[in-house]
Amino acid sequence: MTTMTIQHHLTDDLLMGYAAGTLPEAFSLVVAVHLSLCDDCRARSEAYEAVGGSLLGALETADLAEDSLQATLRRIAAGPPTERVRKAGGLFPAPLQDYVGGDLAAVRWRPVGMGVRQAILRTDRGASARLLYIPAGAAVPDHGHRGRELTLVLQGAFRDEDGRFGPGDVEIADEAVQHTPTAEAGLPCICLAATDAPLRFRSLIPRLAQPFFRI
Amino acid sequence: MLTDALTLDFADASPPRPAYTGRVRAAPRRARPIPTAPIAETKPTVQPATDDIDWSAVLLRVRDSRDNAAFAALFRHFAPRVKAFLMKSGADATLAEECAQDVMATLWHKAHLYDPARASVATWIFTIARNRRIDALRRARRPEPEDLTWGPDHEPDQADVLAQRQDSARLGAALTQLPPKQRELIEQAYFGDRTHTEIAAATGLPLGTIKSRIRLALDRLRHELK
Ligand SMILES: [Zn+2]
Repeated sequence: MTTMTIQHHLTDDLLMGYAAGTLPEAFSLVVAVHLSLCDDCRARSEAYEAVGGSLLGALETADLAEDSLQATLRRIAAGPPTERVRKAGGLFPAPLQDYVGGDLAAVRWRPVGMGVRQAILRTDRGASARLLYIPAGAAVPDHGHRGRELTLVLQGAFRDEDGRFGPGDVEIADEAVQHTPTAEAGLPCICLAATDAPLRFRSLIPRLAQPFFRI
Repeated sequence: MLTDALTLDFADASPPRPAYTGRVRAAPRRARPIPTAPIAETKPTVQPATDDIDWSAVLLRVRDSRDNAAFAALFRHFAPRVKAFLMKSGADATLAEECAQDVMATLWHKAHLYDPARASVATWIFTIARNRRIDALRRARRPEPEDLTWGPDHEPDQADVLAQRQDSARLGAALTQLPPKQRELIEQAYFGDRTHTEIAAATGLPLGTIKSRIRLALDRLRHELK
């Protein structure tokens, strides 16, 4: 994964939301994984952080508590917070490993039919995140969206009406999109997907089963 | 602080970047506030908007010599702004005070991670405060990208440090020149802890309008920085 050619990037909307800290956690996870793989988007995201810094620097001040500095020095004296040790290397970039608790081998897959497997990742309620495993050559059930869905490819590739998506690429699907992603031949396609609405599968997977998938 | 002569000087003198060892990924581009024209073409006239204290240098004194006076100066300047930021985001005064203290303590503990070529002190503090806000107000985690690993001897290029300062000053100036309504929208997007959808609901403007106005405001900023 050291030299990947990313074709599909994040929008300014998402980068600004990520920098401002207003995206749902599941979307932020997709953004963080993409930024780990894409220096261009990382630079753009840091530019949006600089906007936040400028705004902060220009804010009118709030009155501090009288002993504020002393209290802060006491916090400092209490010692630094314990640093999380981040896992690096492997298929999954560090932010994804933080959520999975390891690399690919640590994923607890559940079959959802037609050889497709998924694993839900725990995030806050604004949106949901999951890993998808699609066998090479298989189609993901045709589905539309009620909300927004981000799909980032980690391994393999898929194609749909919008083109080809390989490692590092993000597909951003909005309400209107009806698409039929198909995994390319070769490696199984492994994706990280986040959505702020339940998916509506139109075929293959019965609607009734959806609550069991918690998506 | 940034005189015309200085600007021209470092435009002419930027040396080739040394190859770093120990990186995990292929050469990451150093991030700059808002993509800009090459340094040689920049307008040399813009001065830092509000004050010309080089906060990076002050923070480096904390980083390198655990300088208490330097920390107190940073605290006096930034803690009241961090508290204001958190209150604008919906924290009450007590929570905002507590988080502001936390943010400033984090600044002390993590000073070794500050890279003056990559971000202004205000920007770096903003990211710490933003993460603290997500934790305190939303009780959510903040997924962060993989760390960029530099070689053990990495010392930022002075030309990059100056370029960062200059970009930040111009960004600040550009923000103050925005029409008030646009500035307000951008402030809300950053400080309100509200999504564009929620801003639309609060202002009664349709979502598309909000998005295009924010984009317009950012375009204007980019233009200012060209
Ligand atoms: Zn990108």
